[in-house]
Amino acid sequence: MTFSFSRFLGIANKELIQLRRDRLTFGMILGIPLAELLLFGFAINSEPKHLPTVVVMADPGPAARAFVEAMRASSYFDVEGTVSAREAERLLNGGEVQFVVTFPTDFHRDLVRGRRPTVLIEADATDPMAVGSALSVLGGLSSAEILRDLPRATPNASAAPIDLRVLRRFNPEVVSAYNIVPGLLGVILTLTMALMTGLAMTRERERGTFENLLSTPATPLEVMIGKITPYIGIGLLQVTLILIAAYFVFAVPMVGSLTLLYGVVLLFIAATLTLGMTFSSVARNQLQAMQMTIFYFLPSILLSGFMFPFRGMPVWAQWIGNILPLTHFLVLVRGILLKGLGMDSLWPHVWPILAFTAVVLALGLKTYRRTLD
Amino acid sequence: MDGTSAIAVRGLTKRFAGKTVVNAVDLTVQTGEIYGFLGPNGSGKTTFIRMLCGLLTPDAGGGTCLGHDLVWEARAIKRKVGYMTQRFSLWEDLSVRENLDFIGRMYAVENRWAAVNDTLVTYGLRDRADQLAGSLSGGWKQRLALASCLLHRPQLLLLDEPTAGVDPAARREFWEELHHLSAAGVTVLVSTHYMDEAERCHRLAYLAYGELIAHGSANEIIAAAGITTWIIPGADASSRAAFAQTPGVTGLANFGTTLHVTGRDAALLAAQLPATAARCGLLAHPVDASLEDAFIHLMQHTAQRDGA
Repeated sequence: MTFSFSRFLGIANKELIQLRRDRLTFGMILGIPLAELLLFGFAINSEPKHLPTVVVMADPGPAARAFVEAMRASSYFDVEGTVSAREAERLLNGGEVQFVVTFPTDFHRDLVRGRRPTVLIEADATDPMAVGSALSVLGGLSSAEILRDLPRATPNASAAPIDLRVLRRFNPEVVSAYNIVPGLLGVILTLTMALMTGLAMTRERERGTFENLLSTPATPLEVMIGKITPYIGIGLLQVTLILIAAYFVFAVPMVGSLTLLYGVVLLFIAATLTLGMTFSSVARNQLQAMQMTIFYFLPSILLSGFMFPFRGMPVWAQWIGNILPLTHFLVLVRGILLKGLGMDSLWPHVWPILAFTAVVLALGLKTYRRTLD
Repeated sequence: MDGTSAIAVRGLTKRFAGKTVVNAVDLTVQTGEIYGFLGPNGSGKTTFIRMLCGLLTPDAGGGTCLGHDLVWEARAIKRKVGYMTQRFSLWEDLSVRENLDFIGRMYAVENRWAAVNDTLVTYGLRDRADQLAGSLSGGWKQRLALASCLLHRPQLLLLDEPTAGVDPAARREFWEELHHLSAAGVTVLVSTHYMDEAERCHRLAYLAYGELIAHGSANEIIAAAGITTWIIPGADASSRAAFAQTPGVTGLANFGTTLHVTGRDAALLAAQLPATAARCGLLAHPVDASLEDAFIHLMQHTAQRDGA
């Protein structure tokens, strides 16, 4: 297959002009990353305090009361009262409270006797960032000031006097706060890149201009690469916007090499754009292309480790996740940004993206319709 | 291939979902000819043209276009052919100049900047060069479309109903241009519904239900239809009914207040029509059959055959 650089440039240039004239799309391309970053970003930045909490008290003794007072004093918990176990369950399920703290019967007595009574903390961890810092505060409380004023016999001084059991409900593993920005980078690129290019070819088909393009000697490769290229620039622009905001607004640490980061970003953009172009070749119209993008986007978000911890997923889900470029992109970006990893340790996550791109490109070229049949 | 035919196809066939849209069409178009392509809507004209420029793959048959094989050398054909689609298919969100420049790049036109400027001047588009194509009126869009498919100096022009929705003055200008191109050696295959345009073609083909019904010069087609036409000035609705029942009459058409009556049996018409006219207080004159009479006859004839 021949490749004319001039024709490729022509197509790329045409896409850019059309993009510039399509104000809404252009605004979306720049608006989406900023809006999402601000929305997600403030969730990272704020250390949530005053989380609604209820207490289930089987033993309303002084020790339990002291514990609750200490929780209140930490300002992380707003203890709204004492309720029954059944009521507590209802409040937690309904999302009305973030925490339920349950004291067992004979809490005070057991504590005094050094039997390490168990306090159960049930946390609504659907928003892991909300509960993370509060829970770490709780760990300190149990061993410190609440026991100061209590008479007790301590058979084992080194062991914590209370057995604090934390049950993170609805989301067993807490995602670290800084993980959100790298994740967001990948999610935004996946959404905008796949969608924009997904529409690029189907739009030509719907407007009837595809017939004109087909009647010229332009080859499928020239058309695909030419249509992809402007979006590479757009993707890099999006990434830059996110990184600047992440660094200056949210103080996300950037330990590793920026050059390496951009290299990885470029690779990921290429993979996503190729996929979008392939959707575009397969889909009959813009609506279908959009649906395909969503069908790809959902597993990308759910199975890549962006939303749920990757290691917590069942094996089959990990299998699917390992095919998705976003999974590897997240590891790469987190590795570079937060851990400062170099190329040698990143390679195991680079080649899967390369392989994905190659397979999808081959598929796209195969399904590209050279005729109107 | 004899070296002078721009298009030479045999048995060209295309089916869509089991339905035959073009059925075993043979067609030869000489270099430099303006070849008219006529037929009712849905007769397969567009499909046929698309097969010629490699946009559709024929299911059977084949041949050459500018000496290149239709199926195997589609890209070589595309380089030398200018194809104007039935619907405006340039980019409405690009300006006139940007559209031409883009097309120029796709065909790797040499000295593109100069070629685009020349084209803008030649087609009177210079004042509109920076206007978005989508905001042009129908006539200007058509002119831009023609300009864009001539930019790379094609040897063959395939025009699919290029003048639909264009006013008569612009159409006449358009046809002047086609004749200039033809004189310069460019072959033109043009589909149309307009009789005046059909009469401007060197040769014609009539396609119905995917089959080539008749081809040749206008006179040859009229002769092949084998019809005789009489005109009856001043005929009204009641006299029209009388003529419709006259033996030998196969077609009636009103042209203002004049009724055109056609039939295949010249002797029968000559014997019957003057008498019918006289009964209605009118006069009937025999005239030369027109191309339109011939086509309407062909259309009705094939419709009956198809229905049978």
